Amino acid sequence: MTALQSARLVKLVNRVYHNVEYYRKKMQQVGLEPGDIKGIEDITKLPFTTKNDLRDNYPFGLFAVPKTEIVRVHASSGTTGKATVVGYTRRDIEVWQECVARTISMADLGKDDIIQIAYGYGLFTGGLGAHYGAENLGATVVPMSTGNTKKLVTMMVDFGVTGIMCTPSYLLHIAEVIDEMGQMDNIKLKAAICGAEPWTEKMRLQIEEKLHIRAHDIYGLSEVMGPGVACDCKYHKGLHIAEDHFLPEIVDADTLEPVADGVTGELVFSTLTKEGIPLIRYRTKDLTSITHETCECGRTTARLSRFKGRSDDMLIIRGVNVFPSQIEAALLELGETTPHYLMIVDRVNNLDSLEVQVEVEERFFSDEIKELEKLTKKIATAIQHAIGLAVKVKLVAPKTIERSMGKSVHVIDNRKFD
Amino acid sequence: MFVKQLTVFLENKVGSLQEITDILRENNINVFSISLADTSEYGLLRMIVSNPELGREQLCNAGISARLTDVIAVRLENRVGTLAELFNVIAGADIGIEYMYAMATSKTGAMILKTNNQEKTIAALQAARIHILDENTMYHLQ
Ligand SMILES: [Zn+2]
Repeated sequence: MTALQSARLVKLVNRVYHNVEYYRKKMQQVGLEPGDIKGIEDITKLPFTTKNDLRDNYPFGLFAVPKTEIVRVHASSGTTGKATVVGYTRRDIEVWQECVARTISMADLGKDDIIQIAYGYGLFTGGLGAHYGAENLGATVVPMSTGNTKKLVTMMVDFGVTGIMCTPSYLLHIAEVIDEMGQMDNIKLKAAICGAEPWTEKMRLQIEEKLHIRAHDIYGLSEVMGPGVACDCKYHKGLHIAEDHFLPEIVDADTLEPVADGVTGELVFSTLTKEGIPLIRYRTKDLTSITHETCECGRTTARLSRFKGRSDDMLIIRGVNVFPSQIEAALLELGETTPHYLMIVDRVNNLDSLEVQVEVEERFFSDEIKELEKLTKKIATAIQHAIGLAVKVKLVAPKTIERSMGKSVHVIDNRKFD
Repeated sequence: MFVKQLTVFLENKVGSLQEITDILRENNINVFSISLADTSEYGLLRMIVSNPELGREQLCNAGISARLTDVIAVRLENRVGTLAELFNVIAGADIGIEYMYAMATSKTGAMILKTNNQEKTIAALQAARIHILDENTMYHLQ
């Protein structure tokens, strides 16, 4: 594996040096030539890449191939409203399919299975990523997307669906609907592959017990590829990384120095084979640890432990990446409230909810209730526009947020992840 | 011909009203009338007081959202039919009422009004010879 990774890393560095001005400049700044990287042992010589770098080069600045080679783009939200855009060549799509297909095999599903994809389809990588992977494996794919849960359950029963891919919180919601519809004894589900949001071991056991299935944890992020970067096997002893395509490192989030196996730090990926938008030492901001021991399943690939949070303030709400700064920017742009806000994230009936409290200042409020209601709606629309999620807006008296929370706290997350 | 109403944004929680009335008392401000419009999450307190400017200033200093709004105060005599006369004039001029509330001191009864066309309301009331209270009279009511 190391030899393959080294050969691919050398090629990757050459490719980005010659095709992406941004990387060339960055390497030149630290006096690096492509020839200085002879194998993965030299990886620490290379500079890191962050989400901000993607944003600064919006939309296509980090693409390493002519646009005619790009067959698809996906996008996710950025820290200040501008999306981060990723592009895929035909070969990238093939690799992605293969990686997702591997994760589905790891969940013991194959070409004889009927798999419902209940991630959102669109710019988000979840829906299409899972879809192509399952199709590539030869399974029968039912592209449900999200929204109509009753219809999903009806089809799950009528079609004899055996596998499902969706967020873990949505699966718990689906389980409740199955119960309500009295269909628990009529489903043929064997396994679920869940991801796109943090979840706990407890939640996995809850899902498995409720639905009498195996639930697998799939990891990925659009910048690196999408779902399928890593997934756990039936022993659930960490997520096997598709190491032949994604070279992992764990570094200390503050010093950025590599840490030993088993030590928690920030996960960093270099995309060894990616053509469209190859990334060198991309900082995922996800906190986890790594192990290189052989798994009980016999696989020798490196494994990630369950994710322990983020090294930045990004929240994942209903599978959507949300940065508090996006809310602040939306409020400032609206200009009809103070930019003082408090986000309260909760999980009610297994679905994430987001309430945003906004302080009402003397100059912004009205003596008429209907004007205040109009203002509330306007704020909710502006925030929804910025983050792509419906929110409940609550007007509160001035200074209440700062007084009770201290100036820098903008988020109360009542969901339990450990 | 308008009078100043002191409007305060209130969160629905224990003690928010008391905080406001305490500040008004400390500043020797008399409250002639009070009305609360509420939703499930917050309320708007509307008041006619003896010194609205001072009231607003002191409340804002205490970090409370308060502002002044122009409203119309109509004197109501204590006899049958005064309200009917008032609303006939307003409806007759095709004016919509945003909100209203009553006010009574030992000697004077009045209706506080905010309409969708305040200037037009004044003109219609004057034409109908309905007694509108001005600021000077208002803030020195007994
Ligand atoms: Zn394994």
